[in-house]
Amino acid sequence: MAEPTALLDVRDLKIGATVYAPGEPPEDITIVHGVSFTLEKGRVLGLIGESGAGKSTIGLASMAYGRGGVRITGGEVYLNGRDILKVGPRGLRRLRSNEVAYVAQSAAASFNPALKLMDQVVEAVLAHGKSGRRAVEARARELFAKLKLPNPDTFGDRYPHQVSGGQLQRAMTAMALACKPDLIVFDEPTTALDVTTQIGVLAAIKDAIRDEGVAALYITHDLAVVAQVSDEIMVLRHGRMVEHGDTRQIIEAPREDYTRALVSVREIEHEAKQPGDAPVLAARKIGAAYSGSLKVLHDVSVEVYPGQTIAVVGESGSGKSTLARVITGLLPPSEGRIEFAGRTLSPALSGRSKDDLRELQMVYQMADVAMNPRQTVAQIIGRPLEFYFGLKGAEKRQRIAELLDEIEMGKGFADRYPAELSGGQKQRVCIARALAAKPKLIICDEVTSALDPLIADGILKLLLDLQKVEGVAYLFITHDLATVKAIADSIAVMHQGKVVRYGPKDQVLSPPFDAYTEMLLASVPEMHLGWLEQAIERTRMKPAGH
Amino acid sequence: MSLRRIPISAWIGIILTLMFVFAAVFAPWVAPFPNTQIVGGVWEPSSSTHLLGTDNLGRDLLSRLIYGARTTILIAALATALSFSLGSILGFTAAVMGGWVDMVLSRFVDMLMAIPTLIFALVVLSVLPSTLVVLVCVMGVLDATRVYRLARAVAVDINVMDYVEAARLRGEGHLWVIFREILPNALTPLVAELGLRFIFQILLLSALSFLGLGIQPPEADWGSMVKENKDGIVFGVGAALLPAAAIALLAISVNLVADWILNRTTDLKGGRGG
Amino acid sequence: MRGAVAKLIAQRVGLGLLLLFAVSLLIFVGTQILPGDVAQSILGQTATPQALANLREKLGLNEPAYMRYLSWLGGVVTGDLGTSLTSGQNIAATIGPRLKNTLFLAGVAAIIAVPLAILLGLLAVRFRGRWPDKLISGATLASISLPEFFIGYLLIYFVAVKLGWFTSVSTVYDGMGFGARLNAVALPAATLTLVVLAHMMRMTRAAILNVMQSAYIETAELKGLSQFRVILRHAFPNAIAPIVNVVMLNLAYLVVGVVVVEVIFVYPGMGQFLVDHVAKRDVPVVQAAGLIFAAVFIGLNIVADVVSILANPRLRHPR
Repeated sequence: MAEPTALLDVRDLKIGATVYAPGEPPEDITIVHGVSFTLEKGRVLGLIGESGAGKSTIGLASMAYGRGGVRITGGEVYLNGRDILKVGPRGLRRLRSNEVAYVAQSAAASFNPALKLMDQVVEAVLAHGKSGRRAVEARARELFAKLKLPNPDTFGDRYPHQVSGGQLQRAMTAMALACKPDLIVFDEPTTALDVTTQIGVLAAIKDAIRDEGVAALYITHDLAVVAQVSDEIMVLRHGRMVEHGDTRQIIEAPREDYTRALVSVREIEHEAKQPGDAPVLAARKIGAAYSGSLKVLHDVSVEVYPGQTIAVVGESGSGKSTLARVITGLLPPSEGRIEFAGRTLSPALSGRSKDDLRELQMVYQMADVAMNPRQTVAQIIGRPLEFYFGLKGAEKRQRIAELLDEIEMGKGFADRYPAELSGGQKQRVCIARALAAKPKLIICDEVTSALDPLIADGILKLLLDLQKVEGVAYLFITHDLATVKAIADSIAVMHQGKVVRYGPKDQVLSPPFDAYTEMLLASVPEMHLGWLEQAIERTRMKPAGH
Repeated sequence: MSLRRIPISAWIGIILTLMFVFAAVFAPWVAPFPNTQIVGGVWEPSSSTHLLGTDNLGRDLLSRLIYGARTTILIAALATALSFSLGSILGFTAAVMGGWVDMVLSRFVDMLMAIPTLIFALVVLSVLPSTLVVLVCVMGVLDATRVYRLARAVAVDINVMDYVEAARLRGEGHLWVIFREILPNALTPLVAELGLRFIFQILLLSALSFLGLGIQPPEADWGSMVKENKDGIVFGVGAALLPAAAIALLAISVNLVADWILNRTTDLKGGRGG
Repeated sequence: MRGAVAKLIAQRVGLGLLLLFAVSLLIFVGTQILPGDVAQSILGQTATPQALANLREKLGLNEPAYMRYLSWLGGVVTGDLGTSLTSGQNIAATIGPRLKNTLFLAGVAAIIAVPLAILLGLLAVRFRGRWPDKLISGATLASISLPEFFIGYLLIYFVAVKLGWFTSVSTVYDGMGFGARLNAVALPAATLTLVVLAHMMRMTRAAILNVMQSAYIETAELKGLSQFRVILRHAFPNAIAPIVNVVMLNLAYLVVGVVVVEVIFVYPGMGQFLVDHVAKRDVPVVQAAGLIFAAVFIGLNIVADVVSILANPRLRHPR
């Protein structure tokens, strides 16, 4: 076997784990089936794949670490020429931080709540005896400045809970860089952030690793993100490598079908319809507040037309989910009224008629918890049939079979429990449950954001097809602009409890923009090289502050 | 779920528990001598006639133990049934209704729980006679506070699930939500807790009887048998240890079963077979 | 920022006092308004109506309940716990030395049990899933099933009677030397220790494991810090609050265990005193003793909460 010359040389890596299902004997499973790759000094490799692809596991294995019951069962991992799987615990302690460092997805959980940030950032350097406290702190402040953290001189005096999520993610990058390692493993560092925060953090990370000349493994499920920061990309699926090439080749000329599917995801063709004359739902000047706290909705007005889709877009805290709660009657508004199918709805759930409830259905983000785990698919879909239409026996079974056909699942699923379904299938059953009520409007609350992109695509296509057949209208709540572009006829952009922009899709997405919409649109990663630089340039935003 | 999947420890628990229950139910047929009849000398050692020897008055210890099982298990079971129905109904109601109902119930329970159960029981028994009904009521009500806490916590967790919200949005009433959405999902943790509460009731009853404030002579449960025979200990007569060991053995057996159920249900998404 | 924490602590202590007040009401109601006449209970079914009336008069039972409660509460606040019905003695004066005895016994048990439990809990974490850990979880299962008197009489039977190392009756008296006193409480303290030890161990283990599974411990390990440093700098500061909570909850449990243990060893403490007077239906004594037990119980819970507040960095360093 050739002597390893690259910085990181992973050869035929196999990783397994033991699964302890309650009431079942423990079972050994394989997570990674023999993956090999090399990484040269100063290069950035993006590891991309859907959940279960094994990308985080591989990332941690490059530090000779297995989370929980995960263990490395075969292969070699050479870092700077020696197999780190064989160096022993003491050798590992010496090379962690010094040669390889880690940036986690949730910096908020990864910082010790009881210690000041500065103490944590400099800790590893001091523990490894690399230099004196004063010098390290000076370097840390320099890194804080490089990562565009506010007040870099005093930033380290704060405790983790005193700074924002985006700032913690930058601080964690500074902590990783503090020891001047050769390699940093970034494990989904921006996934938990809002898009307008993500863009700044992404730019800061990219600049910092370029400046410091450090190599990186950048792990993410978002191909558009990884295209911005990496020199090469490796696509993983079910613990196997699908394709490995330089970033331009993967994005512009993918060789494998699976990669092609990932690249072209969310390119659903959808011609926006013109608004009709009578809206099925009209929210008029809605104001709302949770009991005793600040107002979360201000003067919100939107209309939905029969058979059409309105997308309500916003980041966390924009009030979009509160709007859904107001419309469904779970949170009676403090001001304004809701008109539905030509009548004014009672503000509270208890005042609404059975028909009001039937015609306004809801599909949730987490299909997992939207279905009673103790009921079968047939019971879940059958209940609205029984409750609203009094269907029983053969008639009910017939209708359940039809609905299962409509969601492209077939009646074989009728007797399964939710735990026996995949994520996409669960969401389909939830859609069938909503359809069973023959609604005029379905509120879709982030229905695709918990799903992998290809599965999410399937759900969006299904929703569009169903709309054509059933003529049902959708109110689509989402933070994801790609979803919006794919399915909306009209769009309402929400920010801090207000609708800042509202109208037909083409109009909302065309200039001139208001400041917030412009920033939001600019922040959504696009699947082409150089997008990040252009976006930063275009908005001339100051990435600090988040 | 197949019988082979039940671990050995749980099997031991199930078999021993069933043996105790069998002895208790069929006491008159199983016991070699009547409960209160003096059949020998004081603290006779074990012999072929008296397998476990005799007690402080010369009664057959084995027969006393079997009849004692009857009293102990009956009262503990009744008290557990009371505490469970009271605690879980109120707990579910508090979780589903919320608002002031929840407030009032929860604060009241906090207050009851601020006094250790045994102390509270002693205080109440200082003015009430130690009859079966009083014991069951006092033990049941005091323990219901623990069941209430658990039932409410479990139900509150389930109540915020989207599928419960979906049922509400569909227009289902409180009864449907409690019995169809919450109860099936709350049942397994509650059943495991049932075992623990039963043990606790056995220990509480035994402690009260041992202190002379539970079952009154000539009726006997295991706790009062320990009290009757405790003076023998200093003379090296271990008669008091036998009923104490019986309590421990029954409690451990039930615990083995409860532990197994608890382990099986850490994952609520289990679907079938739960 | 000091102010915020002080305010929270004051709130918690205030709430505790309010709870204590509510508990005093509950104890009073429990002993006075329940069906069953105190005078009848004391004198028995054969009492003459005249004797009953006299006793009622003497106990103030003819006054309205709330008046009796207020005068009792007033007495308690000023340290006057009333007079015993059976002995006619001042309750506060009788209870004093007994309370000291009980606190001594519980204190000895706590001094042995707490460090031992924490040490064993740490061991269980260190050897998680291996035999020391399994032994501990097995012992816990057994120990929550064992009645106190089983452990107590086993110790008496083997250690006192068969081996003759200690006496089976724990006699203490005024003027007794500290060493002799320790010797006297050895067996009851051992019983109490065994009663709470396994439970405390298990809860300590769970508390530490919970902290050890946090993402920041993984971060510390991935920073290449030594095991010792990870535990000392990262796990320990965050584990203090849960461990103190565990300790306090178990000390509160000791308060209950002490009642039975004192009766087993005929130890002249609060527990035996309470049980004696429940049997004699001496209501004023029962009320006083019950209130003192509840006060200790509530006090320990307040301490646990205050420590949690003090140890929480989010509260100590607000935004």
